[in-house]
Amino acid sequence: MSSDFVSVSQVRDGLKKVNYLADEGIAGVVYLAQRLGKPVLIEGPAGTGKTQLAKSVAELTGARLIRLQCYEGLDESKALYEWNYKKQLLRIQADKKSDSWSDVHDDIFSDEFLLTRPLLEAISAPDPVVLLIDEVDRVEVETEALLLEVLSEYQVSIPELGTISAKQIPMVFLTSNNTRELSEALKRRCLFLHIDYPDMEREKEIVLAKVPDISVNLADQIARIVRSIRQLDLKKAPSVSETLDWARTLILLGVDHIDAQQAKETLHVLLKYQTDIAKAAKELSVDE
Amino acid sequence: MPVIDLMSGFVAELRRAGLPVSLTENLDAMEAIKVIPIEDRDAFKYALGATLVKNSSHWRVFETIFEVYFSLRGSQYNIVDPSDDQADEFWRDEQDQAQQGQGEGRGAGGGGLEALTPEELANMLMRALMQGDQAMMRALARQSVARFAGMEPGRPVGGTYYLYRTLRNLDLDNMLAKLLEANKQSNQREATNLEQRLTKDEYESRIEQFKKEVEAEIRRRLVADRGAEAMAKTLRKPLPEDVEFMHASREEMQSLKKALFPLTRKLAARLARKRRHGRKGPLDFRNTVRHSLSYGGVPAEPKFKYPRPAKPELMVVADISGSVAAFARFTLMLVYAIQSQFSKVRSFVFIDGLDEVTKYFKATEDIQEAIHKVNTEADVVWVDGHSDYGHAFEVFWERYGKDINPKTTVLLLGDARNNYHASQSWVVKEMRKRARRVYWLNPEPRSYWNTGDSIVGEYGGHTDGVYECRNLRQLEGFVEKLV
Repeated sequence: MSSDFVSVSQVRDGLKKVNYLADEGIAGVVYLAQRLGKPVLIEGPAGTGKTQLAKSVAELTGARLIRLQCYEGLDESKALYEWNYKKQLLRIQADKKSDSWSDVHDDIFSDEFLLTRPLLEAISAPDPVVLLIDEVDRVEVETEALLLEVLSEYQVSIPELGTISAKQIPMVFLTSNNTRELSEALKRRCLFLHIDYPDMEREKEIVLAKVPDISVNLADQIARIVRSIRQLDLKKAPSVSETLDWARTLILLGVDHIDAQQAKETLHVLLKYQTDIAKAAKELSVDE
Repeated sequence: MPVIDLMSGFVAELRRAGLPVSLTENLDAMEAIKVIPIEDRDAFKYALGATLVKNSSHWRVFETIFEVYFSLRGSQYNIVDPSDDQADEFWRDEQDQAQQGQGEGRGAGGGGLEALTPEELANMLMRALMQGDQAMMRALARQSVARFAGMEPGRPVGGTYYLYRTLRNLDLDNMLAKLLEANKQSNQREATNLEQRLTKDEYESRIEQFKKEVEAEIRRRLVADRGAEAMAKTLRKPLPEDVEFMHASREEMQSLKKALFPLTRKLAARLARKRRHGRKGPLDFRNTVRHSLSYGGVPAEPKFKYPRPAKPELMVVADISGSVAAFARFTLMLVYAIQSQFSKVRSFVFIDGLDEVTKYFKATEDIQEAIHKVNTEADVVWVDGHSDYGHAFEVFWERYGKDINPKTTVLLLGDARNNYHASQSWVVKEMRKRARRVYWLNPEPRSYWNTGDSIVGEYGGHTDGVYECRNLRQLEGFVEKLV
């Protein structure tokens, strides 16, 4: 690939250019993933930029993003490949008399009749791709096994065709919301990256980068308040995306300095449970 | 020491601490450090973390061990040249410096700190904290440890002692108040409540950061003195899921609480999934006949009823006397966090009297708050506030025994240390006759059961099983089995 990374700081700067502010850990793991040719398993609270990381890396390397959204009941025919039965049937009926049995048999199990699904597509792509396997914790443990061959050998075995190996090793990102423990086999094959809520400085930079027309002062205040709120014992702490929503809300309202009243009126953008809102309002003493 | 030797010791220590590091992961780590130089310490740490630690709750343990093994490595972190006689040279070096009163020359603003009086040092620290000057804070942390901790080579004292000494000399306990006062004076106008709160949080986090710097510095010096392996051994802490409820420190309690929330989420998801799958309802005769029409009356496609497995009713009866309070608290928290998996949950707490506390959990969505209310408001003392299982069970039977029905599962929590009162174990026997299941959860190690005043055997004989629940791992295992 022409866009091989040479150092961790290059990754960091590159990601910054595509508006993703990575910390040392994130940049380090992305760099390592490319150098070692290993998939990255990203875990962390919702709304901290797990999926966005994969998108940003794709944008940075100029690669195509192929996405596999996982859900309960995902199977081979939706993740790996499927035979195009209708087309096969047509082929058989088209010239019933002329071909011998073995010709037809060989013919209908060829590339032409194969429908590629995300995993196979990523493997067989001639151009650089980034494969994103989103919310991998939603599939059953048994289905995880589907991924193992792709993740460790970068190949897919199709009984009728043989093994298809990758032309180039794609970068693979798996995200997980940690609703269940993933299998050891899967974890072992991946680099592990835990993305937590950013620290205050980084959050401020994120707000500055993502929200146009925001003043440094306001971004700073937002980051401070969000940090204080996250320290409370809440049902659901505000995520980065909620911080951004809040910042945009404040911009729309034409606020450039948050006072207690405005904070109270807009807290519901940041927090989604009534008990949380009440608690935050009380703790931040904006509840007079 | 070459990095490879250091690595094998490091990985061995991770395993001793309970992290499941496999051989392939070890090899991956070796690959990883080939492409990331040890000098870039942050990246190096994350490279090792990404390959060796596959569970975010293990990260803290990993960090501690990493500090111990690699704190003397990497250019700007070197205390001395990492040659063979690290320890000796380090101390000689330190003493030389102390005698000659030279500037340290490491870290910004490090030079000239020796000349200051303790008061001046404290003032400088306050200024650094006010401005959030990172470099200065780091330099001051090093200087204060060198000056106040009173560390001597070979002295068999733990790191916390040195930490305490250093912080006491800096008067860090009052630092927050002083900072807030200074901030108030520098502001012209009165700050609003919101601003005050934010400033306070800011200072708190800076002080916390300073404490961490001090701790790290002390650790570095201890490692230099004693060697990584011995140091790792003294610092070894159990993983959150292995912390024993009965002996958890305050800090461990915090990490337990943090670990509990994702655990309940996982547990709920797993249980819901289990409920939906893997079970088929009984044959739906009507539906089968209906469908047989399309096969000419042959019941070729049997239809089954939608499975509706009954959810159990739960009664939790917990001892909340001092020794086992933490255990009761965690079990109640866990049970209420997954209460959607039960059709009904009722909870009772006792010491020598007994009180129903279901209402506290119903009144609020906040489990923490409910637990707090249970601790402060429940009426559980009858005579002297020492556990009396016999009396508590008698009261339970009298008042609530009639509510036990064949759908009910009863959980009895406690160490069964009855202070030599009458056991009244007939209550448990009667309970079992009426209830679906009766279980006893004991937070004590199995080897302590039935020693001293513990009479768990006497009760246990009448239950469907007595389980040892010393840590989160065992508790989780039990709850999954229960549902």
